[in-house]
Amino acid sequence: MEFFFQNLINALQWGSFYALIALGYSMVYGVLMLFNFAHGDIFMVGAYIGFGVASALVGFSAMGALALPNWLILALTIIVSMFLTSFVGMIVERVGYRPLRNAPRASAAITGLMIGIILETGNLALLGARRVSFPSLIKSTTYDLGGVFVTNKKIMIVIVSLALMYALHRFVRKTKWGMAMRAMAFDFVVVPLMGVPINNVARMTFALGSALAAVAGIFFGVAYPVLDPYMGVLFGWKAFVAAILGGRGSILGACLAGFLLGFIEIFVPMIFPSTLRDLIAYSIILLILTFRPHGFFGEPYSARLRL
Amino acid sequence: MLIVENLRVSYDRIRALHGISFKIDEGEIVCIIGANGAGKSTTLRAISRLISVEPGTKVTYRGDDLLKYPADKVVSKLGISHVPEGRRIFDNLTVLENLRLATFGRKDSSQKIDQDLERVFAIFPRLEERRLQRGGTLSGGEQQMLAIGRAFMSGRELMLLDEPSMGLAPLLMLHMFEALKEINQEGGTTILLVEQNARLALQFAQRGYVLEHGNMVLEGQSEELLANPEVKKAYLGG
Repeated sequence: MEFFFQNLINALQWGSFYALIALGYSMVYGVLMLFNFAHGDIFMVGAYIGFGVASALVGFSAMGALALPNWLILALTIIVSMFLTSFVGMIVERVGYRPLRNAPRASAAITGLMIGIILETGNLALLGARRVSFPSLIKSTTYDLGGVFVTNKKIMIVIVSLALMYALHRFVRKTKWGMAMRAMAFDFVVVPLMGVPINNVARMTFALGSALAAVAGIFFGVAYPVLDPYMGVLFGWKAFVAAILGGRGSILGACLAGFLLGFIEIFVPMIFPSTLRDLIAYSIILLILTFRPHGFFGEPYSARLRL
Repeated sequence: MLIVENLRVSYDRIRALHGISFKIDEGEIVCIIGANGAGKSTTLRAISRLISVEPGTKVTYRGDDLLKYPADKVVSKLGISHVPEGRRIFDNLTVLENLRLATFGRKDSSQKIDQDLERVFAIFPRLEERRLQRGGTLSGGEQQMLAIGRAFMSGRELMLLDEPSMGLAPLLMLHMFEALKEINQEGGTTILLVEQNARLALQFAQRGYVLEHGNMVLEGQSEELLANPEVKKAYLGG
């Protein structure tokens, strides 16, 4: 039983990464009907921005310029990186997708792949091939909860992730921007007739998704402190799977599917050899999609995509 | 108020409008009648900037060049609302959200917006009863009320209506045109509607235009058009 709970905590942490990234895929897919295949690399860029911000703050702190406690450095790193990474997302939208708004979907999809490669190789050009390690901001403390060992990092990652997911949910439900996003997901074409500038809504959608990916990147750095330029590739693909599994544009769906992926990936190696992990995990997902092709909460497409 | 000159629109190199011209004065109710495919919806979409027009087209709104505004600004800045063909309610939003979304670009205070909401509910009490229901659960008639209410919330200098009578039972249709008259007379909203139901449209409007295959072929006061033998033959069932 302790064994189960031990892994449950790990699965929650692992699932948080997937869920945070999946939200970005799902929102963009929901609002703009396109797959932003560069999103995994935005997660990577977010992790590196977090690395840069954290290193700078640690540096200042060490020089005595401003003596900040570590928790504050982490909090500032998260906030500043969310902000900066959202700009990366907005630039990707402006440069990569807006010119292709009315192009065939396949063109927009390969744009994402190309931007992804540009971000990866751009990072290589900028920082070189060496891996960088994320500064350790939190001293790891392990709590023994009746035989289950939980670190303070894991607790923080899971709680902050859940809080952000809830905040996003509220944003989409309660604000006028969220309302515009939902309207666009239903009927893209007539939204301008409501006086809504759809380009701004598109930009906002990319910004939100990118900010969440940045948090995932930083948390990944906190949990597994080695970053490399290709870290977003496989991770991005898997989060994309979670987004589709959750259902087009569904926030709850993306979160649940992200956690489900985390669970499957953590629990499969408990039973099978770990080399079979992804083989078995993704066969399960494939099976689920066979029976629920629209995902958990996806609705069949609205027919109203044209005038 | 609105002067359209030489409006030309093409879809995939097939011309849908061959340079039509018409105008609307402040406070008027004007209709464009014509058969299916004559270019009526295209005309409205061109005015609200949902589709692009060919060079040479001139659209002047209160002395200002309308074509320099993007679609959302035509609504939020110029106050031109458009009830699209088929109503296009957001099924996944509640009635209240549909109405509130329409105020997205308005700069007015929330009191002013709440007042307008009250007005919409006064005109269509049915919408108030259903304000927390999703748009997709409304009947066709209620959806049409919501579509007009939404237009009222978004901008009410000029309202463009695309086949508002489509799919409505006769009684509902009358009720809806009564409501539109009220909006026109009390709020001073100018109305341009396009209709296949020519008799109904001409009874409602003061002036009308007849659109055929992308050309304006006739124009005049509603009574004149109703009495015109050609209009009678082609659009009023003999």
